[in-house]
Amino acid sequence: MIRLETFLIIGAIVFALGIFTILYKKNAVGILMGVELLLNSVNLNFIAFSKYIDASINGQMVALFIIILAASEAAVALAIILNLYRLHATVDVSQIDDMKN
Amino acid sequence: MELNELLFLVIALVTVLSAMVVAFSKKILHSAFALLATLAGFAALYVYLSADFLAVTQIMVYVGGILILILFGVLLTHRIYDTSKRTTHNSVWWSLIGSLLFLTILLVVIFKAPWLASIGSTFAPTTAKIGRNILTTYLLPFEVISVLLLGALIGAVSIGRMEDRKK
Repeated sequence: MIRLETFLIIGAIVFALGIFTILYKKNAVGILMGVELLLNSVNLNFIAFSKYIDASINGQMVALFIIILAASEAAVALAIILNLYRLHATVDVSQIDDMKN
Repeated sequence: MELNELLFLVIALVTVLSAMVVAFSKKILHSAFALLATLAGFAALYVYLSADFLAVTQIMVYVGGILILILFGVLLTHRIYDTSKRTTHNSVWWSLIGSLLFLTILLVVIFKAPWLASIGSTFAPTTAKIGRNILTTYLLPFEVISVLLLGALIGAVSIGRMEDRKK
């Protein structure tokens, strides 16, 4: 029998890796990958709680909505990144400071 | 150890290790392909949590949609032939400190929290339940999120074609 804590620990590790990715990468697409890791680990936690603690499937419903949110977020973020690349010829987020000053 | 749990261990290892490749890889294209293994591993973990519909949705939306979008993003914005430009990163130590501090907090919470005794739920198909929930309890979030999805699509198209307007 696999315990609840196992899933929570996997989720925690992947969440920490996602935070590391966001902090570490300068490439905007890399940061987007970090955000996807975060959303996935949160989903895993929701579904784990839905199985082990909740009798119905409310956790799975929330996870479903999170997947939809992730999809729309990725689409908008990719559009912004492609536009940035067209304007600046780079996706390095440390070099893009249009909104400074 | 049962075969079931052995398989779970392998899946968990693949998920975590490929997530590590996503985080630590120097090349963004390697990260994108490692993300494929991570997302598929998550789908397999959902099967262990008896969430069959979500596992299939995960593969369809993430692997079939978001990952392809990210790959497009990588290939369109990354000059693969330009080897002189090296990808730079932020300081690895500060990033490690930040994420490890967060991991410590999470692990302390996980091990200290008094979790309830688990409900011994058996595996049952969830598709019918999810469909019924969407049209009863979760009707308002469902409608709101469909409007949001439409807004995100229109927004993505309008941002993506911004250069036509400037001319």
